[in-house]
Amino acid sequence: MAKTPPPARAIAEPPITNRERPAEPKPYEASKDELLEMYRQMLLIRRFEEKAGQLYGLGLIGGFCHLYIGQEAVAVGLQSALNGETDSVITGYRDHGHMLAYGIDPKVIMAELTGRNSGISKGKGGSMHMFSTEHKFYGGHGIVGAQVSLGTGLAFKHKYSNDGGICMAYFGDGAANQGQVYESFNMAELWKLPIIFVIENNQYAMGTSVNRASAEDQLYRRGESFRIPGIQVDGMDVLACRGAAEEALAWVRAGKGPVILEMKTYRYRGHSMSDPAKYRTRDEVQAVRDKSDPIDHMKKLLDAQGVTEADLKSLEQEIRKIVNEAADFAEQTPEPDAAELYTDVLVEKY
Amino acid sequence: MAIEIKMPALSPTMEEGTLAKWLVKEGDSVKSGDILAEIETDKATMEFEAIDEGTIGSIAVAEGTDNVKVGTVIATILEEGESASDAKPAETRSGEAANAAPKETPSDDKAPPVPEGASPAKAESGTQQLVASAEKVGISDPAIPEGTEMVKTTVREALRDAMAEEMREDDRVFVMGEEVAQYQGAYKVTQGLLDEFGDRRVIDTPITEYGFAGIGAGAAMGGLRPIVEFMTFNFALQAIDHIINSAAKTNYMSGGQMRCPIVFRGPNGAASRVGAQHSHNFAAWYASVPGLIVIAPYDAADAKGLLKAAIRTEDPVVFLENELMYGRSFDVPKLDNHVLPIGKARIVREGKDVTIVSYSIGVGISLEAAEKLAEEGIDAEVIDLRTLRPLDTETVLKSLAKTNRMIIVEENWATCSIASEIVSVVMEHGFDDLDAPVLRVTNEDVPMPYAANLEKLMLVDVAKVVTAVKKVTYKK
Repeated sequence: MAKTPPPARAIAEPPITNRERPAEPKPYEASKDELLEMYRQMLLIRRFEEKAGQLYGLGLIGGFCHLYIGQEAVAVGLQSALNGETDSVITGYRDHGHMLAYGIDPKVIMAELTGRNSGISKGKGGSMHMFSTEHKFYGGHGIVGAQVSLGTGLAFKHKYSNDGGICMAYFGDGAANQGQVYESFNMAELWKLPIIFVIENNQYAMGTSVNRASAEDQLYRRGESFRIPGIQVDGMDVLACRGAAEEALAWVRAGKGPVILEMKTYRYRGHSMSDPAKYRTRDEVQAVRDKSDPIDHMKKLLDAQGVTEADLKSLEQEIRKIVNEAADFAEQTPEPDAAELYTDVLVEKY
Repeated sequence: MAIEIKMPALSPTMEEGTLAKWLVKEGDSVKSGDILAEIETDKATMEFEAIDEGTIGSIAVAEGTDNVKVGTVIATILEEGESASDAKPAETRSGEAANAAPKETPSDDKAPPVPEGASPAKAESGTQQLVASAEKVGISDPAIPEGTEMVKTTVREALRDAMAEEMREDDRVFVMGEEVAQYQGAYKVTQGLLDEFGDRRVIDTPITEYGFAGIGAGAAMGGLRPIVEFMTFNFALQAIDHIINSAAKTNYMSGGQMRCPIVFRGPNGAASRVGAQHSHNFAAWYASVPGLIVIAPYDAADAKGLLKAAIRTEDPVVFLENELMYGRSFDVPKLDNHVLPIGKARIVREGKDVTIVSYSIGVGISLEAAEKLAEEGIDAEVIDLRTLRPLDTETVLKSLAKTNRMIIVEENWATCSIASEIVSVVMEHGFDDLDAPVLRVTNEDVPMPYAANLEKLMLVDVAKVVTAVKKVTYKK
């Protein structure tokens, strides 16, 4: 089994030079308020996911539950650059973090995890199948790679309707080997669709490390034969994520077609709650936590901006309160009525 | 001995065509590869080239002649040393090979198959009997006001008209698929749409079914109304994940929040002489999935009215056409807004002795069988299901209550078929009305063979229907 090194920062190799490419991204220069907001969101995701793990252990959440702990900087950094009015987001089954980063109420997310009527999908979707068309968040898809074609369809819609929006389609290093991803790459570039393909490379497709599954393990290069430029990004640094998003958006909004962002990140927990994670050592995980944790990194930046320990503590308390309230709500709110079994199968009556 | 040039078959289903134009005249010398004539089929105009060398002796069929039967001698070529008097067309001998081959041959196995060196005297295939009675059905749809003017329209044109009308009404509607735009449709169903609507709304895709089915589903989730054409539903197997997992389940999984109003359409079931991988009926596969609407029309009026309904509904629709029916003409009501209800079967022939339930191409066989049975004093009622999900069980059970006998005719395998489903419905809800066991009349339980005689044996036919009806009516 290959040892996976902790994600390195800014390790992109020289690109193919005879084509126009996006500029090399620079870390985003965030104001103190922006930094605090990013920190707040990342902490919310971290604490929410820890709570979800706890509720799973108590049997309140069933089935598969894929936690985003360790990857927070990716969703928060990227989505902070989007226009919430026009841009759409789609992802796979590890979707809680993206929803929280999009400002969706933690209560209805947690209530979906517990399978309650107040859940965002009325308890019929579960952890992997959550949507908010109001927030232009299109799921939440359980089939690995499907969201890439669907996201390309959302980008098609943006172009067709000339609505100024772009689509951000997230998928993992595992999905990056699915055939439909490349079918979508081809059509997205052929039709110059406004889409950012975000590969969240957390190093493991369930239990299989990237280099055991990928002939080309530098995933940002996967678009080259479709003429889609790729950028490798330190996914543990929220400002690097945001900076990359800005370059990618400039490229896509200029009508130059799709772009790939490979976010080098790491998940601390197992693939899902039921994963014993025997494919990597505790030391490996601990080393990433110690050296590259995205939230610890933010704390240093905030310290440099003069944010005090006391400020962070009160923020921490605020977040814990939100998460506890979400958990209480998710435990207490009722399950769907039995009659809901038969609703929403079809929209119309025949 | 002069060489006879015969009217070629330019598609597996072509029986006659128009000799549009001669590009040679009597006395011209021709060699292999020279274009002799342009021949129009219902799908396309094709060039017809010589494969022999010589001089054109006589032209037997003038240009502009319609309905020239495949195999008719249309000209002769004189070989060296022959004179025009040798060139009188001889009687057509069946089984003789054509002396010319169509120039346009498919560039890949996905193009509509055109036989090379087509034999004008075609081997009698099973599919010919499938369509033999196609034009006999009458319109008696309660949804159509009495006195409505009728226009003879092919199923192909009816489908195109439905799409064009809906595209004129609603900018969100667009068509995508392989060869739908510049090629005008692999089976010419999208003919003319590119000219009218442009390449923003009529979109040629690469050969990537999984990818473009997903793009269509995503566009529908985003608020558009895609029509995704599969060149045939055999290829939709590559895309079935998006039809089932993305399109059918999304509304439920999202608690009614996110819809996927999309139409997946294309030919389904047996075509002619295309073998096992291109001849599969997927109706029962899709009809087993909650969240999908499945429609399989028989005639042109239903094809039009139901496709319009499919495009308009908020639910995802699998719309199963039949290649063998595309060129068949039926009366279509001349109405500004011919939209038919989804989920309603139609009694296409009333009768009292036995009910024959069918859909798609099986309806034609059932109607022809019903006529044969009438000659023997058996009065059969024929039901065209039209929509396979949701199934109109009420119409089926009402008819059973009247006739007390039922068979189901389906161009499909019997196991886990629509026929099986009807049998279950009848067992659960119509048992007391039964005077005989319900029988399924279907294809044989084997992959589709290529050989003409085996294909014929494989497919459901009128004789099998007649036999089954006699069994359930206890007649000899």
